[in-house]
Amino acid sequence: MGEMDEEDVVMRRISKLKKESVREEMVSRFARIRKEAREFREQLAFQEREEEAENADIVAGCKSDLDGEAQCREPEGQQFTKNTKQKEGDLKSQDPEAKKQEDRRLGSCGMENGSCAAGVFSSGHSMGADFIRRYSRQLLVPSFGVSGQKKLSESAILIVGMGGLGSPISSYLAASGVGRLGLVDSDVVELSNLHRQIIHTEAFIGQPKVSSAASACLALNSSILVKEHGRGLNAANAVEIISQYDVVVDATDNIPSRYLISDACVATAKPLVSGAALGLEGQLSVYNHKSGPCYRCLFPVPPPPGTRQRCSDNGVLGVVPGIIGTLQALEAIKLASGFGETLSSRMLLLDAFSTRIHMVKLRGRSPNCFACGDAPQISAANLHEFDYERFTESTLSEEGPKAQELIPVNDRLSSAELKKLLESGKPHVLLDVRDSHEYVISSLPSSLNIPLSLLKERLSVLQSAVDSVVSFPDNPQEKEYPGLQDVGSSKEECSSVVPSRENTSIYVVCRRGNDSQKAVQFLRSEGFSSAVDVVGGLESWAKDVDERFPFY
Amino acid sequence: MEMEVEKEQTEGADEGVELGVEKKVRVKVLLFARARELAGGSEFDLSVADGSTTADCVAELTTRFAALEVMRESIVVALNFNYITDPVEVKDGDELAIIPPISGG
Repeated sequence: MGEMDEEDVVMRRISKLKKESVREEMVSRFARIRKEAREFREQLAFQEREEEAENADIVAGCKSDLDGEAQCREPEGQQFTKNTKQKEGDLKSQDPEAKKQEDRRLGSCGMENGSCAAGVFSSGHSMGADFIRRYSRQLLVPSFGVSGQKKLSESAILIVGMGGLGSPISSYLAASGVGRLGLVDSDVVELSNLHRQIIHTEAFIGQPKVSSAASACLALNSSILVKEHGRGLNAANAVEIISQYDVVVDATDNIPSRYLISDACVATAKPLVSGAALGLEGQLSVYNHKSGPCYRCLFPVPPPPGTRQRCSDNGVLGVVPGIIGTLQALEAIKLASGFGETLSSRMLLLDAFSTRIHMVKLRGRSPNCFACGDAPQISAANLHEFDYERFTESTLSEEGPKAQELIPVNDRLSSAELKKLLESGKPHVLLDVRDSHEYVISSLPSSLNIPLSLLKERLSVLQSAVDSVVSFPDNPQEKEYPGLQDVGSSKEECSSVVPSRENTSIYVVCRRGNDSQKAVQFLRSEGFSSAVDVVGGLESWAKDVDERFPFY
Repeated sequence: MEMEVEKEQTEGADEGVELGVEKKVRVKVLLFARARELAGGSEFDLSVADGSTTADCVAELTTRFAALEVMRESIVVALNFNYITDPVEVKDGDELAIIPPISGG
């Protein structure tokens, strides 16, 4: 065992080191690619200017601009290789961050390096050759066109949440050329995020999501500005942050954030693109736009805590937030560039199970609304005083349900105590009350699965397990955990001795230790007086007893 | 799930035919998110007395699925995909959508 442990530790270290070196390599590769891209762009721009200069008649109105441009760039152009080397030197001599910012700024509006602007835009704005080439396929869309692209590149959009929704939103908004993107999230990237949060990569596990997303956005489009808000959004900073943007996109995963963002958008008069996804369903609408409703108009009362579903409990198919997030990006682009018809006063419902989209026609703003009604209670000045966590009875993050205490803790087992009891050979039944689709993911050896919802009708199954209990030593750590590789084994492996409802211990586990208490209360009322549950459930087992347990 | 839906439909039909005396209207109920989870299906037909309103339908649903009652105040109800706040009389063939908010991301 000792050697095995040591080997295990060494293997883990190696894997950690590997991960770190991969991350370093990614970061340096990323920097190199950006540098090369910049040089390539310069070269392209130069070649284009040469060509354009030769055919200056084609864009007659721009002739003088072009000539000026060609002249001032000529010395650089003659010896391009040397020029890039010089530029490298320049880069080194300057503050690299300032240079980077400057580069992004120039690219973002494309004005300083533009060559034939005046003739195209009556407003006097200009588009550089890069700008035209990069966005050419969007510029060709008649209803969007040059004016849409120009407005987009002058707009600032805030995305709250860099998860499953935020991934496609930030990717598309960066790629499409939004001038300034704000990214809000206070979480770090985890392995269980990657199936849906596709903006993050393995190399960024453990890193802040905003840094990961910002890198990815700039890798897609280094000509935009990206601002990271790594502390998340709360009642104290929401108005100040949201004020800096033109459009807000809600891509969060929790109820209090949804009310906070909606209220702050009402208080600062910003349109809000609100999307949500869970399991195989999605919802999407645009709030606080024109005379449409806000989130509170529709949902004045938050759903009670026990009725909420969360990705970490109910699951979510990765592509579902992908679809909703992509639609959010579309709505945000329309709002920022002022074209098309938005989802204001409409709600889109996605049913991914049967691939159906329903559209619900909403009403306008509710005159009685707490936030946007005729006598609003919330303003930019007092929003910070509103307690969103209390209002919604939950925290501003997708935390698990609060540990309930239906049974006094001294009348329950810790996971360490459970381990000792299992090893002691004391007659027992280990009852797992999770739903069967969770049980098959991973479970403790020799456990009996009866979901809480079916406990009443399957009490006879428990009774026969109790009847057939035999004293047997059981060391779960010496066995492999049944799970995905081993579905269907390990049930009712007991045989008989002195069975009775009163004297046979029933150890009840669930995922986190809430349902198991309900099960114990019920079992005791049915005469199974020695039923006892485990504080913290399998989560605690994985954390405190055996970290090899594949918790999910 | 499919089985349940069919069963509901058959029951509804029987009711309508057998009772005969009281005219019934049949409303198609569409469930979303948590409501779908509670009911164990995405849609079923609901038979209610002629002249019933959307509020009567919702009351019938909260009787069937008790857990729906506690979130009654947090549900968007739409008749034929139009959001409604005040009770409206339902007609045969109407579609009543029960839409609790979801917040995952």
